[in-house]
Amino acid sequence: MTRSRVAGGTAAGLGIAMLYLSLIVLIPLAAVVWRSMDEGPGYFWRSITTPDAWAALTLTIGASALVALINLVMGTIIAWVLVRDRFPGRSVLDTIIDLPFALPTIVAGLVLLALYGPQSPLGINLAYTRAAVVLALMFVTLPFVVRTVQPVLLELDKEMEQAAASLGAGPFQTFRRIILPNLIPAMLSGTALAFTRAIAEFGSTVLISGNLPFKTQVAAVNIFSQIESDNTTGAAAISTALLAVALVALITLDVLQRWGSRRG
Amino acid sequence: MAIEVRDVNKSFGATPVLRDVSIDVAAGSLTALLGPSGGGKSTLLRVIAGLEQPDTGTVLISGVDATRLAPQRRNVGFVFQHYAAFKHLTVFRNVAFGLEIRKRPKAEIRKRVMELLELVHLEKLADRYPSQLSGGQRQRMALARALAVEPQVLLLDEPFGALDAQVRKELRTWLRRLHDEVHVTTVFVTHDQEEAIEVADEIVVLAGGEVVQTGTPGEVYDNPANPFVMRFLGPVTEIGGNLVRPHDIEISQDPVEGGSPAVVSRVVRLGFEVRVEVEIGGHEAWVQVTRDQADRLGIGPGDTVHVRPVPGARSLALAV
Ligand SMILES: Nc1ncnc2c1ncn2[C@@H]1O[C@H](COP(=O)(O)OP(=O)(O)OP(=O)(O)O)[C@@H](O)[C@H]1O
Ligand SMILES: [Mg+2]
Repeated sequence: MTRSRVAGGTAAGLGIAMLYLSLIVLIPLAAVVWRSMDEGPGYFWRSITTPDAWAALTLTIGASALVALINLVMGTIIAWVLVRDRFPGRSVLDTIIDLPFALPTIVAGLVLLALYGPQSPLGINLAYTRAAVVLALMFVTLPFVVRTVQPVLLELDKEMEQAAASLGAGPFQTFRRIILPNLIPAMLSGTALAFTRAIAEFGSTVLISGNLPFKTQVAAVNIFSQIESDNTTGAAAISTALLAVALVALITLDVLQRWGSRRG
Repeated sequence: MAIEVRDVNKSFGATPVLRDVSIDVAAGSLTALLGPSGGGKSTLLRVIAGLEQPDTGTVLISGVDATRLAPQRRNVGFVFQHYAAFKHLTVFRNVAFGLEIRKRPKAEIRKRVMELLELVHLEKLADRYPSQLSGGQRQRMALARALAVEPQVLLLDEPFGALDAQVRKELRTWLRRLHDEVHVTTVFVTHDQEEAIEVADEIVVLAGGEVVQTGTPGEVYDNPANPFVMRFLGPVTEIGGNLVRPHDIEISQDPVEGGSPAVVSRVVRLGFEVRVEVEIGGHEAWVQVTRDQADRLGIGPGDTVHVRPVPGARSLALAV
């Protein structure tokens, strides 16, 4: 009796979740993919391989991969400092981490342009360079790895580390053999989130990158210009390409994670 | 001496947790650190292992001053109350950990780990992850892991604390047998006096951060240093202003020399033993007798009897 009620509850939950996901995610995504095929696969392929679209796509994927890697390392270090170190201003820092999420990305772009543009008070001018694209993406994706790693690190059993020490492991060995393997799943999923967020980024890059086609124009901006020139099928094709890359990235990281957890 | 702790003091903030603690642990012995919760047992064990630094005092391990030595250099096996299993490693790799750190050859590691797993009866579960083990199995894995590096001393913090009574009893006897086989100097923490008496060669009673008494289980049970220890180590009752073990009291129906008249208030049969509750001059006491004795006396509630400590009974005067 109780069993079937539990199973029924699960079925209802599953139904609601699927309906919700369909309405919010699956159907819109399917519509994009469907739209991209309006003029057939040949047109699709031509749309994503026009020189400007291709340049935008490769720049976006390359910059996003780089940013994801930087996040992987820096995000983990920041999470570590926030959890393990005690210093004045720690809780302030902890709050600040989320601000990139709260700031409209166009404002972020404006601030970055003011700080690292031609009038930079720091004397660093990155305006209209690819470095500026990377910088903008780093800014908006900062919280992902920090916020996925932090709770895992908080929950990590300190006695595991002490056991490792009493078994003869030095601090570095303990980190590599005990702490890191326990953090890797969170690090990877944070990285995946940062990567997928970065390839779709629009607002923050618009101002500081200058949108120079073939040089600093990112895919989302390219898509926008396609829509403006009434080429919605082309825009859908580039979007679909981005979706495919994101999907591959998510699946790769998932496989890596499973493989890692099996190997231990 | 395998372990010598000298005048160790340790405070957390303003609260002193260990006060002038000194203990000696003989090589090859099995010593119990016994005491009430919050008495500082874990802290003392962690000071010995180097997981906690004493404020003052010294710790010698095998005659070498280890006070400032990092835990990884002490060659001390530590088993945590909650196992501290490496969740991401299999049972085999958990046990192999210390040997891998020491860069022993693969074949040697394999052989030693399998030996240990056999010793703790986990050889069939070598490929499982800790989450797939029961509490008792995890505990034995933690023990094998600590033994793998052939520590000079083995420290166990409430090794059976988180297990149910049945498994506890089994592991207790098993630990004793294991110790007789492996002979590594072992200190284990417990707040269960029965466990300490049954398993240990030597008991150190720690309360309020101070060593109250040390001795063999017999000594501590029979000659407790103070009423606290006497109460902590076994059942007690009070007659004539003295603390006495309830099995050290005799009951008779006729007046006896040195006896006090008492009124039986309740007779509780607990299987083999019978608990006779009496009232002596307005305050309550109880006597433990066997079923045979109770039958022979044939007493019931309301009867007047005479009680006195048996000749040679250990008793402690209570300061009023
Ligand atoms: N890291 C710490 N910070 C502050 N106080 C602590 C810390 N560790 C222990 N204490 C305090 O020290 C006292 C002794 O703790 P300890 O863990 O040594 O007791 P114990 O005898 O092992 O008790 P139990 O049987 O409950 O495990 C307790 O009052 C505890 O609150
Ligand atoms: Mg404790």
